[in-house]
Amino acid sequence: MTPILQINSLKASVNGMPILKGVDLTVNTGELHAIMGPNGSGKSTLAAVLAGREDYEVDAGSILYQGADLLEMEVDERAREGLFLAFQYPVELPGVSMMNFLKTAVNSVREHRGLRPLGAAALLRLAREKAALIHLDSRLKKRSVNEGFSGGEKKRNEIFQLAMLEPRLAILDETDSGLDIDALRNVADGVNGLRTNDRAFVVITHYQRLLDYIIPDFVHVMYDGCIVMSGGKELALELEARGYDWISENGVPA
Amino acid sequence: MARGTRQDDVEARFIEAHHRLFGPGLNGEPGFLHNLRQKAIGRFGSMGFPSKKDEAWKYTSLRGILRTPLAVAPDCTAPPPSVRAIHGLDAHIGVFVNGRLHAGLSVLASLPAGVTIAGLGDAPPALVAAHLARQADFRGHAFVALNTAFLSDGAFVHVPDGTVLDKPVHLIHVISGRAPTLAQPRTLVIAGTGAQVNLIDTISADLAAPSLVNSVTEVFVAAGARVARFEVQDPAAHVSLVTALSAYQLQDSHFQNNSFTFGGQVVRNNIAMLPDAAGCETLLHGLFIARGRAHVDNHTLVDHAKPDCYSAENYRGILDDRATGVFNGKVLVRQDAQRINAYQSNKSIVLSNTARMFAKPELEIYADDVKCSHGATTGQLDAEALFYLRARGLTMPQARTLMLQAFARDIVDKVPIEPLRSVLDERIAAILAR
Ligand SMILES: Nc1ncnc2c1ncn2[C@@H]1O[C@H](COP(=O)(O)OP(=O)(O)OP(=O)(O)O)[C@@H](O)[C@H]1O
Ligand SMILES: [Mg+2]
Repeated sequence: MTPILQINSLKASVNGMPILKGVDLTVNTGELHAIMGPNGSGKSTLAAVLAGREDYEVDAGSILYQGADLLEMEVDERAREGLFLAFQYPVELPGVSMMNFLKTAVNSVREHRGLRPLGAAALLRLAREKAALIHLDSRLKKRSVNEGFSGGEKKRNEIFQLAMLEPRLAILDETDSGLDIDALRNVADGVNGLRTNDRAFVVITHYQRLLDYIIPDFVHVMYDGCIVMSGGKELALELEARGYDWISENGVPA
Repeated sequence: MARGTRQDDVEARFIEAHHRLFGPGLNGEPGFLHNLRQKAIGRFGSMGFPSKKDEAWKYTSLRGILRTPLAVAPDCTAPPPSVRAIHGLDAHIGVFVNGRLHAGLSVLASLPAGVTIAGLGDAPPALVAAHLARQADFRGHAFVALNTAFLSDGAFVHVPDGTVLDKPVHLIHVISGRAPTLAQPRTLVIAGTGAQVNLIDTISADLAAPSLVNSVTEVFVAAGARVARFEVQDPAAHVSLVTALSAYQLQDSHFQNNSFTFGGQVVRNNIAMLPDAAGCETLLHGLFIARGRAHVDNHTLVDHAKPDCYSAENYRGILDDRATGVFNGKVLVRQDAQRINAYQSNKSIVLSNTARMFAKPELEIYADDVKCSHGATTGQLDAEALFYLRARGLTMPQARTLMLQAFARDIVDKVPIEPLRSVLDERIAAILAR
């Protein structure tokens, strides 16, 4: 068990407004962590800071990713180093074909890992295999990235890309929101199929339901920019039963 | 128009050259060509080149190249440089070297009976007399007048009534010169009633010194005919280009022009469409990529003179470095032209803060039952989209290239000829990768 991600006392702000107010979190390879918490508590902000979004200012603290200073790395460097963010709101890219996008992304990651770039045929084979894994409608592969995709299709597409890029650390930001029951199962099956000893997941969700399918090793509660409570999978059930008021009444640090 | 002496000197050089070349007499040519040239040089002399004071030339100046003494006589003795056909394209190819059809380089063997691709000099005189200089207005435009004043040969395409050409026609204008040169390609296309043709127009230029290409293309589209034209403009950075494209459309005809501008110093395209009968469809599409100090100006006019017509314009531009772009799209709907649908869209992406884009739609509407709309946007690449791509491992240049290709795709995808589309895709990728 080696730590893949170590977040220490992380403080971050947007336009001078503090949002993350001291986050500590360690994720080891092979683990799956769930982060829950009320709207606006800073979950997506944490994901954005990890992915390297520029509008977020890191004011204090540190992030080590595979032992290296993550904050020193460019957005694309992080991705090539195996960090993957499944977006809460995937972006539509009109005119950018799925296959061309996947080819460029997969091969830039492969090249970074010292692997040979995949040709068109090999890539298509890989795409077919991975699309089947998460039941992505194969016709979507012929369209522009996310353009006109339904909410659920966009989320599936994120997991499809995750499967294609085989990251070391995947952060899923509310991938379950807006999914119907079947899609939820498909996405969960996809994630479970990708759980390995050398890969880690951070899953941001509002719903215990997802965690019935994807069993987390740890559950954390984010509240007003801090992780205020951590526990096993039973914490999610407790939250479901009691709501976040329970948190604010008990154990929110000053 | 009041002009300073310097400017007069510039025009005088062309007028003298005209006199030297064409002064003495007919040389056995048809009298009408001689008369046309005389009229045109007369008009040119009285108009002179446009200046920045002319509203239509506010942003675009060719003063630099026009001050250079330019050789106007075609340099026919020079061996033609290698002519680049489009890889994988099965087409009827007419190669015109300095304005004259080069039989050896052309590929015309499988041309269906009745279809003519020839030099203007070898074309049926009655057809030439009926259509040449009828569409392109040498009385109102100095550059058209200059081209017409030196007209002695050019490309001629005739697709007779009811003939549908399966293969496209590719016209390649080969231009060469060691010294600073003024090259003036001329093209006349006649599509008969119900005829159909896809026309590709390219210039293969080998010009060693700063030069000007001043081309004029006239297209006559008879009733029910369909003509689609594809022009690729990719001259060297020291070559400027002024083009005039004029199309005249009759009942229920379709004309579309697709222009791709990838090179050149100053490029000015003047497009004038006259759908002069009901039921016409007119589509104008353009894409340009301007870098360095390039200047690309697309001026379009759709003159809706008759009712029940449709026109749509879609122009896109990518500008970087210190490049400038201009789009001026004028739609004129005359009083009797009821039930016109006219759309115009102009989108530009400006990649540097020293590049500039000037976009001006001009709607002049005198009929009351019309639907016209226009939209112009100038902006940068979407930051959210760039972030998404980079978060998937693409470097900034890779992400930018992918998005710019996507932006260009809207126009490239309007090209139904696959080998041409591939060539365009490759060229765009190569330019954007620089
Ligand atoms: N770019 C921004 N500009 C201004 N405020 C921002 C920005 N990004 C985040 N915030 C603010 O930071 C706070 C945390 O937002 P964040 O998106 O991280 O919450 P979240 O926990 O993901 O919420 P949700 O569960 O609703 O997705 C919110 O109050 C939000 O309005
Ligand atoms: Mg969120």
